[in-house]
Amino acid sequence: MSAPILDVRNLSVSYGAISALHGISLSITKGQIVTLVGANGAGKTTTLRTISGILKPTAGQIVFRDQNITGLPPHKIVARGIAQAPEGRMIFSNLTVHENLRMGAYLRKCKKEMAASMDQAFAIFPRLAERVKQEAGTLSGGEQQMLAIARALMSKPDCLMLDEPSLGIAPILVRTIFDKIVEINRDIGLTILLVEQNANLALEVSHYAYVLETGRITLEGEPAVLRQDPAVRAAYLGG
Amino acid sequence: MIEFLQQLINGLAQGSIYALIAIGYTMVFGVLRFINFAHGDVYMLGAFAGFYTAPKLMGLFGGGPSYAGAALVLVSAMSICAVIGVLIERVCYRPLRQHPRLTVLITAIGVSLLLESGGQYVFGADPQAFPEIIADAAIEFPASWGIFSTLTITIGQVLVVGSTLVLLLVLRTVVLHTRTGMAMRALSLNPMAASLMGVNLDAILSFTFAIGSAMAGAAGVLTSIQQPSIDPLMGINAGLKAFVAAVLGGIGNIPGAALGGLLIGLLEALVVGYVNPTYRDPLVFAVLILVLLFKPSGLLGKPEREKV
Repeated sequence: MSAPILDVRNLSVSYGAISALHGISLSITKGQIVTLVGANGAGKTTTLRTISGILKPTAGQIVFRDQNITGLPPHKIVARGIAQAPEGRMIFSNLTVHENLRMGAYLRKCKKEMAASMDQAFAIFPRLAERVKQEAGTLSGGEQQMLAIARALMSKPDCLMLDEPSLGIAPILVRTIFDKIVEINRDIGLTILLVEQNANLALEVSHYAYVLETGRITLEGEPAVLRQDPAVRAAYLGG
Repeated sequence: MIEFLQQLINGLAQGSIYALIAIGYTMVFGVLRFINFAHGDVYMLGAFAGFYTAPKLMGLFGGGPSYAGAALVLVSAMSICAVIGVLIERVCYRPLRQHPRLTVLITAIGVSLLLESGGQYVFGADPQAFPEIIADAAIEFPASWGIFSTLTITIGQVLVVGSTLVLLLVLRTVVLHTRTGMAMRALSLNPMAASLMGVNLDAILSFTFAIGSAMAGAAGVLTSIQQPSIDPLMGINAGLKAFVAAVLGGIGNIPGAALGGLLIGLLEALVVGYVNPTYRDPLVFAVLILVLLFKPSGLLGKPEREKV
């Protein structure tokens, strides 16, 4: 196994007196889709927010491309090459689709490369190209999720983190979104850390998976192995 | 009819001042969701910045009233206020970023009192005469204009309205067509998402305070051209009126603040001209109550909504 691009070591996070993560460790191999599955409140979003620098860990280390990025502010972490499409999409509803994408490329200086990234985003999500001048708040839930992913891609990250991309989206579109995730990973070779409640779907598309339960990693392994695990089947795959 | 037109002109000039101050309230509310009650006092500091820098700066242009000198005084007061605004945010509000908004709000009232009392201590409590930086006089209209030649429009009024218009257009360009302006809008919609795009929130907040305070500083100088008596408490009343203007236009909405300022100015002029000058202030606050009752989101504001 090659060296991980993103290495989370014994990470602990608290909200005031309440401890949310108790020393979790993850290791994300370059070019893979790695999934973090777990129930509501297990600490999945907390994990991503801490990697992005929004939350400060109480203990542990986050190492990205062999550099310690623990405790850096979010804008510096984006600059290092980690982008996130956050839970609930958080698109800028009063800004146009085009402006949202430009916000994604906020730290990039070269206009030409930015235009190339935008073309790439439109190639992946043609639906967005049709709505480029529209206010993002007028998009459907599924389109907003596409925009959130495309916006994260605009920073040309080395690692993309997706928080619950299936949340609140019409079931028929969930499949499309996951196909796109696979496509992005395969065609651009982008490393993806995926957080998802829909464990079936997540395990289907990923190369490696971790199971998070109330702030602790309880299981990890190849999706094929996890799917055979009776505990995982009972808890996440509907028996 | 001519009387009405005269009141509109007076109202437009006063409304421009309110508009400039209101923008600072609304911009800060947009990004931080609290009312910076010290903002009216920054307007006062703008007047005093003009007061203290004018003798030196006007000297560069012969000492007497001159447009070039006045422009320089305006720009210097704006710059000084921009720095003061950034310092206020840095020292007083930034350490409270993670605290409840009520804490910040009370701090803002404290900062306001500090600036007012400090102003009285440093500048003296008595009103002072603002130097004559332009030769303000009524513009003479040719008699051939008939009834319109009886209108009184002063050079000061024209300058106030003109400068306000220019500043509003510059602001509009910055907010709508620059990268920093876009970051400011993104931040006001969703700070967490903006930071995930790589926006340095602290830098954008400083920038927002700088712009809003510079606008208030400009208002301080422009007011003093017309009413050359300045004192350390002049920001209280003007600040409150501008706050009402910002709420009337829709707090957080920049064009709304400009519109609200103009409307409050016009309302005041009409009350003074047709009702009774004593009712001027009560009616402005009656407007605030009516807006809060019937259209809390203001004339141009949108009620906050989020798609989940």
